Amino acid sequence: MTTRLRWAFADGLTLVGREVGHLRRAPGQLVGSLIFPALLVLMFGYVFGSAIAVPGGGNYREYLMPGLFVMVTVTGVMATTMVVATDAGRGVLDRFKAMPVARSAVPLGWTGADILIGLFSTFTMVVCGLIVGWRPHNGVAATLAAFGLLTLMRYALSWAGVFLGLVVRDEETADRIMPLVFPVTMVSNTFVPTEGMPAWLRTLSEWNPVSALVAACRQLFGNPRPAGTDLAWPLAHPIPATLLWSVVLLVIFVPLAVRAYRRKSR
Amino acid sequence: MDDPIVLVEDLHKHYGRTHALRGLDLAIRAGSVCGLLGPNGAGKTTAVRVLATLAQPDAGRATVAGHDVVREADAVRRRIGLAGQHAAVDEKLTGRDNLRMFGRLCHLPRAAARSRADELLERFALTEAADRVVATYSGGMRRRLDVIASLIVAPAVLFLDEPTTGLDPRSRNEIWDCMRELVADGTTVLLTTQYLDEADQLADQIVVVDHGRAIASGTPDELKATIGDRLDVVLADPAALRPAGHLLAGVTGSEPTTSPPDRISVPIARGSVSLAGVVRGLDDAGIAVADVAVRRPTLDEVFLRLTERPAGQRLEAVR
Repeated sequence: MTTRLRWAFADGLTLVGREVGHLRRAPGQLVGSLIFPALLVLMFGYVFGSAIAVPGGGNYREYLMPGLFVMVTVTGVMATTMVVATDAGRGVLDRFKAMPVARSAVPLGWTGADILIGLFSTFTMVVCGLIVGWRPHNGVAATLAAFGLLTLMRYALSWAGVFLGLVVRDEETADRIMPLVFPVTMVSNTFVPTEGMPAWLRTLSEWNPVSALVAACRQLFGNPRPAGTDLAWPLAHPIPATLLWSVVLLVIFVPLAVRAYRRKSR
Repeated sequence: MDDPIVLVEDLHKHYGRTHALRGLDLAIRAGSVCGLLGPNGAGKTTAVRVLATLAQPDAGRATVAGHDVVREADAVRRRIGLAGQHAAVDEKLTGRDNLRMFGRLCHLPRAAARSRADELLERFALTEAADRVVATYSGGMRRRLDVIASLIVAPAVLFLDEPTTGLDPRSRNEIWDCMRELVADGTTVLLTTQYLDEADQLADQIVVVDHGRAIASGTPDELKATIGDRLDVVLADPAALRPAGHLLAGVTGSEPTTSPPDRISVPIARGSVSLAGVVRGLDDAGIAVADVAVRRPTLDEVFLRLTERPAGQRLEAVR
């Protein structure tokens, strides 16, 4: 059993290396992934930000940056879905499965690679944030804790991405369903406070896992955040809420993804 | 046959209401090339997927290199290679990176994976393209890399699922050369193909599959012999069609088909009729002939005869 585990881990690492190879062979993608965060900061920080007031005062860009960290984290699910759907559609997956590769290694490889990609895109976003005046205010430990939460949530979501990719099984379908991720990131406290929303939308937003993560980041970075007394539980206790949401996502999607991976035997 | 390396017994598999396999039997001798031949939808690919542990059979039993494909799937995976229609390489990596990655996934140490990749690239003439991203390869090169990728651990059995479908003749020849080299090394190959000349050229044993069952098997020559040779006679004078037909029926003992104005064709068992005797007989009867020949059937004829569909038969009847 331990040898099995060791191989699963080694195979997973090989597959992570594969994704790194992709980035190395297609530097264009790297440039693309650098431009996207910069554009987001520009669009939301300056275009929309010029018309949005943060309740209780404060700089909108300080308010915005944790939201954007979360946005690149959550939209990362699309990248995983795409990679998985492409592998499944082109038969690469069949080759893996006909080799003595540990069964759990392939999903581990996909999700492990996504952590690397996530760190990279978060780093890019941090640089953009620092340029436009965002700062973490609560010291190194709290700052690292915030990035830890972002990474955890990204990892949990990448399992959802594996599951989705295995369900759609072709890159074109994956490409079409991708924009659906955006409403999930928007119906939240990412860009605007939830207080002004109609009641039903506000409830939806406040219970959106995205909101808990954004609020947790704002709290840990010491960035402006609404401190109303009538906030829903996840926003009043964003850190435990985020941990809880991550665990829930993992508990749901790890078994689903593994099952979909095994069952893909057609 | 002594200890077949691939043994399939009464294999069944269905997808929803489609019965892909209905009792397939198959036995392949180690070191031989078995051509699995059949029309589209005959069950060839399903058979390969079950043998390569990608699909679970509903009933029946299959062993590869002595290991059960269901209960000992991991052991089977260590002994096989799979390429063709349903296997692939990573298009966003270079050829060399692909082979190294597959080597690592076959649990070769890093250095061994590197040298094995280089060795295979060298041997199958891909060294020049080795450091290009696969997306830039031609169809033939990609397919060759695909086949090579399945050779990393020198498999005991190699499954090639329609390896040349959609390739131009030159690329097809390259794949064929590649396969001949493998066979010279002693690799057992199970090849599925729709191309009869491919099976004729490469296979020691052909199994014709239709409706999920093996309906005939043997060497290409044996299969051709099952529908026998034909004696074709072209008469110099069409008026002699009837007497010539009688005479040929007498000599061969089977019913000739006459195609007016001047052609007669008789099925004959191999070696049962001497051409000289036929010519002499016709000569003695004063029938002049323009052409006499004993013709071996092509594998195409065997194939069409064996896989005749009801629809096809109806078409014959109308005609």
